[in-house]
Amino acid sequence: MKILVCISNVPDTTSKINFTDDDTKFDTTGVQFVINPNDEFGLTRAMWFKEKQGATVHVATVGGPSVEPTIRKALAIGADEAIRINAEPTDGYFVARQLAEVVKNSGYDLIIAGRESIDYNGGMVPGIMASLLDMNFVNTCIGLEIVGNQATAIREIDGGKETLQASLPLVIGGQKGLVEESDLRIPNMRGIMMARQKKLNVVEPVDAPSLTIDKKFEKPAPKGPVKLVDPDNVGELVTLLHNEAKVI
Amino acid sequence: MSVLVYTESYNGKFKKNAFEVASYAHAVAQKMGSSATAICFNAEDPASLGNNGVTKVLNVENDNLKTFNAKAYANSIAQAAKAEGAKVIIISSSADSKYLGGVLAAKLNAGYVPNVVAAPENTAPIVVKRTAFSNKGFAHTEITAETAIIGVSNNAFGIIEIKASASVESFAPTLGDADFSVKSIEVDKVVGKVTIADADIVVSGGRGLKGPENWGMIEELAEVLGAATACSKPVSDMGWRPHSEHVGQTGKPVASNLYIAIGISGAIQHLAGVNASKTKVVINNDPEAPFFKAADYGIVGDAFEVVPKLIEKLKEFKAQNA
Repeated sequence: MKILVCISNVPDTTSKINFTDDDTKFDTTGVQFVINPNDEFGLTRAMWFKEKQGATVHVATVGGPSVEPTIRKALAIGADEAIRINAEPTDGYFVARQLAEVVKNSGYDLIIAGRESIDYNGGMVPGIMASLLDMNFVNTCIGLEIVGNQATAIREIDGGKETLQASLPLVIGGQKGLVEESDLRIPNMRGIMMARQKKLNVVEPVDAPSLTIDKKFEKPAPKGPVKLVDPDNVGELVTLLHNEAKVI
Repeated sequence: MSVLVYTESYNGKFKKNAFEVASYAHAVAQKMGSSATAICFNAEDPASLGNNGVTKVLNVENDNLKTFNAKAYANSIAQAAKAEGAKVIIISSSADSKYLGGVLAAKLNAGYVPNVVAAPENTAPIVVKRTAFSNKGFAHTEITAETAIIGVSNNAFGIIEIKASASVESFAPTLGDADFSVKSIEVDKVVGKVTIADADIVVSGGRGLKGPENWGMIEELAEVLGAATACSKPVSDMGWRPHSEHVGQTGKPVASNLYIAIGISGAIQHLAGVNASKTKVVINNDPEAPFFKAADYGIVGDAFEVVPKLIEKLKEFKAQNA
């Protein structure tokens, strides 16, 4: 089985968010970048397939040279080869189009992307990619088994879960649940040393449009101080929620 | 040129978000000097969408589409958009709508923006405000493609009642075997409980609850309020509660009218997941818990004493206001 895991380079989950250039750009000052958590669950599931069932795992990302430490981490975790598409990601369509080009004619049986990146939260890359490639697609995937050419996937739905079956090739939008949090891997020294020897192919992007533009960003308005209620007078909270906040 | 809105239903009944996206579509259509047409699948009462400003409903009556199927639904919606000449398509930001959003965008070569929190600021070209950076910020996004898909966040726009009736037409999209190549074999859905996605109120517990055996009071509080239950990441990681209740940056986002956090300190990743909620209440015995900085109302106290009292007071309030 040949697997491609699509990786997004995102600010660490503890990052405070700021904007520059008159609030038109994300401020990267002091921000540490990591593998998008939803992609990390997918990468770990891909490693599981490699170890238990035999698979070749490639990782791909769209980004400039600055994303290489993130993709090297994926190699240190155990991916066999990496592909960096040498372009700044502009929107979900552009990214999906670039990744679809990598998949075309490469014979991947399974393509795993995160359900969304935790920065721009578009959540459209796996769906657009699957559609452009005319491949089967399961989103918000929290379980995946593959026997021969058949995949059984579990996806999270509002208020429950759904089990689906589809033949390969298949595109997955993955998330927490594909593997347990405790199964996520931290690269060890041997992995880091080996990653240096692994192939990191840089490919040039294909000509593709962006269909959306983020014109401006803003942060939520600052909150006023919390209104504290005496624990011996809980009834006051009920009154405030009814009369002031009007939510009950 | 109409605005097309996909209104979700389950077992023939419209979901709550269907009325919200219909209201949104009506607002967009008015702004564009147009009308709103809805597409729904096997809905029992399609004409009722007139109460939210939709003037025409295309009801797809097809037994193969009784349960959601992303590819077949996206293909049907794309055909309806072409038939109606719709260049603006409104969907929700539910799990199902996000599943079909990307597929539909590729089919229509459309610019797709999910998690939209307000009516468009501009309609030529369309500019919408959406959440980004896991609710730590907002983006004002312009759709440059000829066709636009707007995914409306739950509870962001609200439901507008108009009291009118919509005309209903049957719509029969052309679908083939390829549209059903992903097969649903089992749906395991909690029945009779409010889900986080639909909830106006969410009651959430954290490590301060000390163990899963103490969740009874969270559930009782949720029941009194007609709320959904949720939890913080450590709680789901420890297996006290299922993953599906995990709220936060890597879990479910919550955009309820009221979010009550009990025994949750308020890590930045958790706050990111609940920032979109309108009113936040925190109950924690640690006055230094970061959640107090993000909350509207707070009680510094022992959850095991405060929550039972709160349940009692809410029951009294309900009895008085029944």
